[in-house]
Amino acid sequence: MLDQNRAQEVFNRIKKFSTVDEVEVMFSSANYSLTRFANNTIHQNVSEVNEAASIRVAFDGKTARATTNRFDDENLKRAVQSAESIARVQEPNPERLPMATPAEANQGGPPLVRWFEQTARITPADRAEAVGQIVTTAKKNSLVTAGIYSNSEHAEGIVNSKGLNVFHKQSSSEVSITMLADDSSGWQKANFPDIRDLDHLRLAEIAAQKARESRVPQELPPGKFTVILEPAAVLDIVGFMFWDFGGLAIIDQRSFLNNRIGTRLFGEDITIMDDVYHPLQAGAPFDGEGVRRKKVTLVENGVIRNVVYARSTAEKIRHSELAAHVGNVEVTGHGFPLPNEVGEAPVNVVFITPGKEQTTEQMIAGTERGILITRLWYIREVDPYEKIVTGMTRDGTFFIENGKVKHGIRNFRFNQSLIEMLSSVEAMGQAVRSSGEESFDMVVPAMKVRDFNFTEATKF
Amino acid sequence: MKQISDWAFNTASQRGAQYADVRVVDERSRDLTTKNGKVGHAASSDSLGAGIRVLVNDSWGFAATDDLSRESIDRTAAKAVEIAQASATVKEHPIRMAPEPAARIEWSSPCKIDPFTTSIEQNLDLLVKIDREMMAVQGVTMVESSLHFGRYEQWFYSTEGSDIHQTRFITGAGFSALSFQGTEIQKRSYPNSFGGQHQNKGYELIEELKLLENARRIAEEAVALHKADKCPQGKGTLVLGSSQLGLQIHESIGHPIELDRVLGMEANFAGTSFLTLEKLRKLRYGSDIVNVVADATEQHGPGLGTFAYDDEGVKAQCTPIITNGLFTGYISSRETAHTIGENRSNGTMRAEGWNRIPLIRMTNISILPGEKPLTFEQLLADTDDGIYLETNRSWSIDDKRYNFQFGCEIGWEIKSGKLGRMIKNPSYSGITTEFWNSMDAICSRDQWVLWGTPNCGKGQPMQTMGTGHGAAPARFRNVKLGTAYQGN
Repeated sequence: MLDQNRAQEVFNRIKKFSTVDEVEVMFSSANYSLTRFANNTIHQNVSEVNEAASIRVAFDGKTARATTNRFDDENLKRAVQSAESIARVQEPNPERLPMATPAEANQGGPPLVRWFEQTARITPADRAEAVGQIVTTAKKNSLVTAGIYSNSEHAEGIVNSKGLNVFHKQSSSEVSITMLADDSSGWQKANFPDIRDLDHLRLAEIAAQKARESRVPQELPPGKFTVILEPAAVLDIVGFMFWDFGGLAIIDQRSFLNNRIGTRLFGEDITIMDDVYHPLQAGAPFDGEGVRRKKVTLVENGVIRNVVYARSTAEKIRHSELAAHVGNVEVTGHGFPLPNEVGEAPVNVVFITPGKEQTTEQMIAGTERGILITRLWYIREVDPYEKIVTGMTRDGTFFIENGKVKHGIRNFRFNQSLIEMLSSVEAMGQAVRSSGEESFDMVVPAMKVRDFNFTEATKF
Repeated sequence: MKQISDWAFNTASQRGAQYADVRVVDERSRDLTTKNGKVGHAASSDSLGAGIRVLVNDSWGFAATDDLSRESIDRTAAKAVEIAQASATVKEHPIRMAPEPAARIEWSSPCKIDPFTTSIEQNLDLLVKIDREMMAVQGVTMVESSLHFGRYEQWFYSTEGSDIHQTRFITGAGFSALSFQGTEIQKRSYPNSFGGQHQNKGYELIEELKLLENARRIAEEAVALHKADKCPQGKGTLVLGSSQLGLQIHESIGHPIELDRVLGMEANFAGTSFLTLEKLRKLRYGSDIVNVVADATEQHGPGLGTFAYDDEGVKAQCTPIITNGLFTGYISSRETAHTIGENRSNGTMRAEGWNRIPLIRMTNISILPGEKPLTFEQLLADTDDGIYLETNRSWSIDDKRYNFQFGCEIGWEIKSGKLGRMIKNPSYSGITTEFWNSMDAICSRDQWVLWGTPNCGKGQPMQTMGTGHGAAPARFRNVKLGTAYQGN
């Protein structure tokens, strides 16, 4: 694994090869292993060692990047020359800022310990043993299981010619489990830096229970239903709106928040932060330029309060007519690596629940007629401004009647406005770290939502 | 590169491997984008490494490294064996590999103009000109253009004696215009959405696409959409443009025919398939005029799914998938061929790079054009009442690939054989086999385009793969229209 000293040493060599004013190198290094199982068998089992240096040069308002995974002098030199040649032919862009300084990288925030030896040292035999236990749970329930069990350690760092040098090391463990019966399925997934937080046996039991209890699914006509979305379902659907919480999206007029910052868009119970320092969050405390991330209140009691800003976006918006309409403008440390056309986005989303949290069981008990949803799938944006998204339910969808889960149902297609959904939340659970497949990991609660819009049912 | 495989095979066999293969991949790319006439993304990248796949105790192990020294290759091969040994502790059945003769071949995809020999200045100049052409249209609020060039060189060796060296050039380009007015964002893209058109070609593709010539029209359409009528809701006749039909094939034929999905190997992530084994050669997938092939051969064209040999050393083939409406074939691998009674893989195992294992992936999954001459204008002339939709905006399908819903960027009403008023926010939905059985016309070869989908995701860890889809405009009857905005 790359460490901070070696990163500095490789940077020094790269700097010598460069002929331009400013150089920045983004390093990544990973040891990654994943054991995949299906039909109660480990069928794919992989491991990878890789590291890369992504070199950015900047001069005269021009910038470009070249990436290589070969750290010998010849290849580093070639990459530097490639970046310089891509930059050299550009028209100067007067809006390009100088590279970030060490002061911008060190603006406080607690140290983050997110690397755990117990996670990094998991062996193929350890993963196989855990998968064997999951398979045992499946067989005990007369089910077939499929999923993954993975562990990794990775490092990322940014060094630039202004003297900035930031580094973050992290481990990750993940399990995702599907339990299958002839006509039903159940699913659970979790991801933690510390493998000791990962309880694969409990997740296997829950997935098995969902598969058992959703057998012989019945078909319901589509329509508007009260739904209880488990945390993974919440994160996958709401994830689609956070790409719009960036300053450049506002400038580009591609955000659903255009003309809506400062207005109440969601229900009063909705408060959302971006907070990389939250104990249930993961990731590095700096952005794609090495700037320290700040905590940002995105939504407060339903009102859109702030979006996040990369350095250049903040500068641009301060000097535009939008400045008076977007609230507080400050560099928040959410920029993507430059050069890019997207700008920035919050990626450490935390929902702050308003108290009076309910367990999923309590939400079910208080529901006369509704649907319990484990997971959503293949979500895509239908309307970018009304934020209507479509997708399917999957792996454990249940009908609730008179406060009780009655039976499994065939999966539905939804076409749902996220604005309406977050304006129709009747209850929330405790926010937990949650993983899905359509969005990045978040700290989100389960939600009970009225009038969720199902438009079609499928065949299973 | 051969020496790398010798080191790997020596270590793997000493530690008990029954079979091993090595892929060394040297990958290079150039990506340029502009936004509103200024450079957006400007980057090059290269990556070199080796992936070693071994079969030990009838189970798979795989390890990959970016360090090609002897010490590293030995260590990586030993790790692959250790992983396979762990795999063998949780298995129901041993791996059965269909036999495959050893191959020794050198192959390159046809490429008239090496895109990396074109100047970056020339590339950026084209993108900026396209942007400016679109920005000249009043009402346009953001424009973006992009170019992608790739070169993928792979050396494949197996303990069965295969030695296959292949190089593919990939070129792609596209642009889009956004218009924000009131409470509506409208978008138009060319020649396709989500990055444009991609093929296994050189820079000659860029010259063929006539990008600059179409920029103003596309921008004008983005603005005009604000005043267009909404898509009707209800059942009706639908004519799809070829790029949208290409994505329809990808989602509702290409994925369900992947035999690993059918066998449950993707159940946790990408899902399974409604095409269970008993349906082979029995299911009426579509109407009599629906003929679909999985064709990786060079004769099919420069699709993103064209190669000489797949990533486990099986020669590229053309497999009939739907023949006169009847479901006739899956796409398979050496490990899965026996499950459908075949003694040979049909050659569709593909890996994203040196650090990923090959999976069953779409090659070029294409609908064959109609045999009788039928231009797009003749197809319209034969349609009294319906809508014509073009360029995908959203796509979604369930995890068994039954229920789908697609949105398009733009549509037009068809009245009395001609295109009429413009339609905004169009969408349609249905059940896969019902939809393909409702197809009653498809244009002929002169309207057929081999589209590239550069971003198909599958597997854990996720792999992105380019797939090809040949399609011509086609007509479908009694389709559910306008579902996406139902209830909203």
